[in-house]
Amino acid sequence: MSLRRLLAVSRKEVFQVLRDFRSLLIVLLMPLMLMTVLGYGINLDTRHIRVFAFDREGSPASQDLLKRFESSEYFDLVATVTDYRALAAALDDGRCQLAIVIPHDFSARLHDGRPVNVQALVDGSDANTAELAIGYAQGVLGAYGATVQADYLRKSNAPTVNPVLSVEVRTWFNEDLESKNFIVPGVAAIVMAVIGVLLTSLTIAREWERGTMEQLISTPVTALEIVIGKLLPYFALGMLDTAVCAAIAVWWFEVPFRGSLATLAVGSGIYLTAILGLGFWISVVTKNQLAASQIGLVATFLPSFLLSGFTFPIEQMPLGVQPFTYVIAARYYIVILKSVFLRGSGLGALAGPLIALVAYALIMVFLAKRSFHKSLA
Amino acid sequence: MMRSNGNSVEVENLVKRFGDFTAVDRISFQTRTGEVFGFLGPNGSGKSTTIRILCGLLRPTSGRAIVAGYDVVQSPELIRRNIGYMSQKFSLYADLTVFENLRFYAGMYGVPAAELRGRIDWALEMAGLRGRESNLTGTLAGGWKQRLALGCAVLHRPPIVFLDEPTSGVDPLSRRLFWELIQRMSGDGVTIFVTTHYMDEAEYCNRLALMNGGKLIALGTPTELKLGSIQGWLLLLECDRLGEAIERLRRFDGVRDVAVFGNALHLVVSDAAVAPAIRAALEADAISVTSLQPIRPSLEDAFVALTTGRGANCPSELPS
Repeated sequence: MSLRRLLAVSRKEVFQVLRDFRSLLIVLLMPLMLMTVLGYGINLDTRHIRVFAFDREGSPASQDLLKRFESSEYFDLVATVTDYRALAAALDDGRCQLAIVIPHDFSARLHDGRPVNVQALVDGSDANTAELAIGYAQGVLGAYGATVQADYLRKSNAPTVNPVLSVEVRTWFNEDLESKNFIVPGVAAIVMAVIGVLLTSLTIAREWERGTMEQLISTPVTALEIVIGKLLPYFALGMLDTAVCAAIAVWWFEVPFRGSLATLAVGSGIYLTAILGLGFWISVVTKNQLAASQIGLVATFLPSFLLSGFTFPIEQMPLGVQPFTYVIAARYYIVILKSVFLRGSGLGALAGPLIALVAYALIMVFLAKRSFHKSLA
Repeated sequence: MMRSNGNSVEVENLVKRFGDFTAVDRISFQTRTGEVFGFLGPNGSGKSTTIRILCGLLRPTSGRAIVAGYDVVQSPELIRRNIGYMSQKFSLYADLTVFENLRFYAGMYGVPAAELRGRIDWALEMAGLRGRESNLTGTLAGGWKQRLALGCAVLHRPPIVFLDEPTSGVDPLSRRLFWELIQRMSGDGVTIFVTTHYMDEAEYCNRLALMNGGKLIALGTPTELKLGSIQGWLLLLECDRLGEAIERLRRFDGVRDVAVFGNALHLVVSDAAVAPAIRAALEADAISVTSLQPIRPSLEDAFVALTTGRGANCPSELPS
């Protein structure tokens, strides 16, 4: 391998990239756009569930219960209605997701220490939100019930009873359990996969389409020199995009960054090489710009989205699907990103996914080189 | 037995098939040092396929080809160091400047750093592109592009240069300039292997190989081809009512072939003495003859005769 020829290929590629101003602009603006759209678009937190209440009693006790819904960050008490039909109508047309019905003998039963049933109607068309709403509602009612019970016991001069068991929960790494903190790094991995593949998927196909490849392969340049020489400039561009993604994550979405920049750079560099190699391989095999970019997009976007563990935990996927997740480079990089951002992990702790990505990158470059015949047929 | 040397091309029973289609059908020839070797033939006759095999860009189906002393199948990489190739389609980078293209190909061919500046200057001078070093290649006119492509292909001073229809789509003046460059390189001992379908260009070649349907149907100097392809005499006939004249002459005993050349006819006859009889026959049909005289066959006559197989025997190699 001649370093001089390799660098000559790189330099040529740099000139071409710099002269193709529109593509360059896309490369620089795309992470910005995708990060904002996906970062805001995907939000798994359920807050501000819209609640309608039908308070059949209207006593201080029932008002007290509704206040608790009002003050919870999970619920917005939108309206209190005076008949059942209005409640049903609100659920029907989606003005509320949860409806609470307080019975007419609410305070009397509480006073007598008899069991009270509060009815909750929930819109189950979005199962995930419905389940969360039920869970949060049970929490609010349970807390209210506990206070009422304590009051009752105190008033009846019974000896104070403390709950036997209580759980003191402390969440690590993502203290506020904010989904954006793990979604935004995942989005960065997907964005880089898409951009990385698009960067290289065109480069070989373009030379075949324009006829420049025929001249190039008549020279002594070797396949490996072409592959690596072309990879270098796109690697630099890709790393720039990575920096943009990381900056957006930290300064715009305020995802905590606890690891070191060096770890992030090493992990991203290896991931990028794997992805650029994949794009390259596609370009070498298709020899057609349109096909290459289409296949590149199909091969990265959805698989990185669905099979990387970004949207669905891999352990919960059907057993038949799980093996496919191993060929998705984003699978490893998402682990690295989440760990570097949230846990502050170093290279040692990430050895597993890092080694997997190194192997991935080597295989991709090897496949690209092997499929690239310096021949016309 | 074939003997190899540094700037020759030796081909023996070369065959290239694409599926059922035989693009190159058992051709054999040898070039000589420093000659301009022309490959002439209609489109699809196998010229480009042959040139691509010789440059190591296509693998032959069978047969042998030795270029610059190396076998095309066994050591294509060694061949690539010793040849310059200019493909049919313009294939430099349109989005690079003249200078960037030259420097890129100098890098690809491994021109030593000490010689780099000098070779690029030489190529700029040769192509007439001095002062246009920083123009984008895509904006150049056809002739300049062609000369730049030639410059890029010979930066490393290859002993053999392959040019695949180098002047197609270029204006006549540029074509002449280009051929002057080729003659000069040939004078310096470079073997030039060139395909063309321009008859006037074929005249510039030292030797010509005529391809048709994948087969090598004739090989020799332009003069040999012209003389050897036509058996008998060639007559130039100028007359009116060409269509009727052709009809009449086809039926005329002693006329072996009739072909239209511009607004005249070329007749192949066994004996020039038949001319007065032809004139009489035409005039009997009220066709007025302006002139009827024997002429030297042109390369185009030879080409037509050889590719159609009419009025000619088809020697695979003419005695030189």
